[in-house]
Amino acid sequence: MDIFELTIGQLANQLKAGTVSSVEATKAMLERIEAVEPRVGSFITVTPESALAEAEAADRRIAAGDAHMLTGVPLALKDIFLTEGIRTTCGSRILHNFIPPYSATAWERLRGCGSVLLGKLNQDEFAMGSSNESSAFGVTRNPWDITRIPGGSSGGSAAAIAARQATATLGTDTGGSIRQPSSHCGCVGLKPTYGRVSRYGVIAFASSLDQVGPITRDVTDCAIMLGAIAGHDPKDSTSINTPVPDYTAALTGDVKGLKIGLPKEYYIDGLDRDVQAAMDRAIETYRRLGAEFVEISLPHTDYAVATYYLIATAEASSNLARYDGVRFGHRSPQAAGLIDMMTKSRSEGFGAEVKRRIMLGTYALSSGYYDAYYVKAQKVRTLIMGDFTRAFEAVDAILTPVAPTPAFKIGEMVDDPLQMYLSDIFTIPVNLAGTCAMSVPAGFSASGLPIGLQLIGKPFGEETILRAGHAFEQATEWHTRKAEI
Amino acid sequence: MKFQPVIGLEVHAQLKTGSKIFCGCSTAFGSEPNSQTCPVCLGMPGALPVLNKKVVEFAIRAGLATNCTIAHHSVFARKNYFYPDLPKGYQISQFEEPICRKGWLDIQVEGQEVKRIGITRIHMEEDAGKLVHGDVPGLDDGSGVDLNRSCTPLLEIVSEPDLRSSDEAVAYLKQLHRIVTWLGICDGNMEEGSFRCDANVSVMPVGSDTLGTRAEIKNVNSFKFVKQAIEYEIQRQIDLIEDGGTVVQETRLFDPNSGTTRSMRSKEEAHDYRYFPDPDLVPLVIGADWVQHAQKELPELPEHRQQRFITELGLPEYDAEVLTASRELADYFEECVAFHHNAKAVSNWLMGEVTRSLNDSGTAIEACPVTPRQLAELLKLIDTGAISVKIAKTVFEEMWKNGGEPQAIVEKQGLAQVSDSGEIEAIIDGIIAANAAQVEEFRGGKEKVFGFFVGQVMKASKGKANPAVVNELLLTKLKGP
Repeated sequence: MDIFELTIGQLANQLKAGTVSSVEATKAMLERIEAVEPRVGSFITVTPESALAEAEAADRRIAAGDAHMLTGVPLALKDIFLTEGIRTTCGSRILHNFIPPYSATAWERLRGCGSVLLGKLNQDEFAMGSSNESSAFGVTRNPWDITRIPGGSSGGSAAAIAARQATATLGTDTGGSIRQPSSHCGCVGLKPTYGRVSRYGVIAFASSLDQVGPITRDVTDCAIMLGAIAGHDPKDSTSINTPVPDYTAALTGDVKGLKIGLPKEYYIDGLDRDVQAAMDRAIETYRRLGAEFVEISLPHTDYAVATYYLIATAEASSNLARYDGVRFGHRSPQAAGLIDMMTKSRSEGFGAEVKRRIMLGTYALSSGYYDAYYVKAQKVRTLIMGDFTRAFEAVDAILTPVAPTPAFKIGEMVDDPLQMYLSDIFTIPVNLAGTCAMSVPAGFSASGLPIGLQLIGKPFGEETILRAGHAFEQATEWHTRKAEI
Repeated sequence: MKFQPVIGLEVHAQLKTGSKIFCGCSTAFGSEPNSQTCPVCLGMPGALPVLNKKVVEFAIRAGLATNCTIAHHSVFARKNYFYPDLPKGYQISQFEEPICRKGWLDIQVEGQEVKRIGITRIHMEEDAGKLVHGDVPGLDDGSGVDLNRSCTPLLEIVSEPDLRSSDEAVAYLKQLHRIVTWLGICDGNMEEGSFRCDANVSVMPVGSDTLGTRAEIKNVNSFKFVKQAIEYEIQRQIDLIEDGGTVVQETRLFDPNSGTTRSMRSKEEAHDYRYFPDPDLVPLVIGADWVQHAQKELPELPEHRQQRFITELGLPEYDAEVLTASRELADYFEECVAFHHNAKAVSNWLMGEVTRSLNDSGTAIEACPVTPRQLAELLKLIDTGAISVKIAKTVFEEMWKNGGEPQAIVEKQGLAQVSDSGEIEAIIDGIIAANAAQVEEFRGGKEKVFGFFVGQVMKASKGKANPAVVNELLLTKLKGP
């Protein structure tokens, strides 16, 4: 098997045994990136020189017997994570020349484990989008079908896994941005509980919804990655100070007696037939493994998308105010005076989707509309949280589709943003509730496109959904299929 | 028509914490531009605020000292607006749920009754940076941004519109200044902007109960300017109304050179700040035990101490007020009184010689070279008649300049008071003999001449003669045999 095909678990064993060095693994990955990148377009920046230097350091660490599972493993990061000295664009022209002076905590932790950084991955601009078409650095293509989108906004992170350009990647999930592209690209993607992973050094889209998580080949890798990045960070006031369990120990393969909820509001008419079929098969598989199913209700589901687009845009309008051309990033060269400089820099720097959301958010927060929109949305958010709290009194996990359809064609929904917003309909409630959820490969459409299932867990219930996802993986072979690219 | 001014003040007090409100950078004043910054106070992408606990403690202290209720649950909000010295594009402040509410302060304007002024709220917030115009290294023509001050902790203390004159406004401001410096939470340095105020001024016809339209005068940074700005603004509004005009709601700037205010921006251009709870900071929950602890740690407040100086030590009201202008001065005074129980004498010396010397040399009372004990020793020497007040001043000067114990200085320099009647008698005899004409005048009934003789005797004794003895002997000798 080619080195670039290996999971973290497999590669770590070989590195430890000395049959492969990190330098070899890194070179293999860099070659793979070069070979497929023209067709996929998942990277914004590749960093071969620093990657090889880090790989050499990792080999020395392994030789010294001081290795972590992730030591020497080549990874790549969504370009939303700040990486000291390495250009970080967030998919935006406004940050096209931005070289951060510090690194995100999540990356600091992986680097502390001795991981190797291959580069920075494409994404929707400021993580706003469900298709990876809003990046200022061009579209990323789905490795399963390059006429299709990989999903968004962590589309580059998912595509790079599907195309075998990195062993594992990190993404961020504000309304489904890890799970939806993972589903579309046939990867495992986990959105941890809000506060489980530090957001420090991660460029903010909507602070109360954003959460960092891994995208990997299989559930085991996902557990390894989460274990490395989770935990309290004194630099993030919203990160929670509870112990980090050993997530790999949770992967017992056993789901006997596990109570899984099926929310009636999610299994709606008009759900894509292939997606419905994959869900039916998954339920069958779990039943065979000994899990029990319970019909549950999440009654405020209908309001989730509207609520999300008020809260997320309100926070984004404020979070993106710092991109004003004064201290860093793009500054318009032909501006006269201060207001003109800020206006032109922002007009030139931001893309259409970002502008649309800034305007929406500014409107939702403006005096006279604040109570009608923002405050109302916060109240509905509380109701949605309540839905989940009640549901989890009866079940251990919830099973739903990740997205209503498999990946759509590039350009298909560009002119219909409202329709595109609905593609996150199954993932958004989880972010509003702040709980955890994971996408696991669960089948393919008739045209050969991956379909993922979503396992939603209680707050800090990552062990349960990892266990359930792992058991499913053991019982099926969807995750072993490869994109021909 | 007669008009009644209505004034409310918003005071910004910079807190004396070593580090900033949301990061660990230093708050020291006057450093090299942008030398005290980090990703958080620069508003870099991905940076997140973490609240400085000390700021909360200081806010609780300020709230307790101004009779406020401390909120169990308070929330930081974002105040959104664009300005180049505001790195995040919003200021983190408190809005709907501030940490302190509904307090009051008592003030007294000379010759008037004590008046209670309501405090609407006290909230915590971060300061912005500043723009530097012209003379910026590396820039031919343009402005620089210095973000050293960005994220510096401030308390905003908002009064009710209870003030009715510029004198009341200044009295309130001085009282507040005394409290925050007393508590050790603000250095009170108005020149450096550590204590500055915005004044909301309106006028209404006397007897009316409808408030007039107000103008807000921004960032006035001295007691004198506050008085000037408010007085100018009151007159401007009255003149405007009397001329048939209407006052518009606007923000105005005070120009200290002309003593006038001018329009900065009108309400039409006013910002919509789009306040909302900052999602990067969790709500601040303050338990009852924290407030109780703070209450216990609170020092005796200036007003209470002032009252105690009057009732327990018998000081006049004026003295008590002066001596409680700062906690350090009050401490010095009390320490001194502990050694020497004549409180009024100590007060006189503190308000006279000591204050004069401190002012002349620009020394703070904490750094006074004469210790409270040494001053007490000096005053004891006066009370026992060992030296005269005049000599004491000489001794004090020596202590200030070169240090040393008062008794030792008196001995070394031979300054002890002469009370020996024989020695004094000899001097008096000499003076009487040399001034026969004046003796005649006195005996002829011109008693004012007595003072001349006292002066002559004191001069001849180099100030050392005991005045009581001099008086007695002179009177006997002049009246003659």
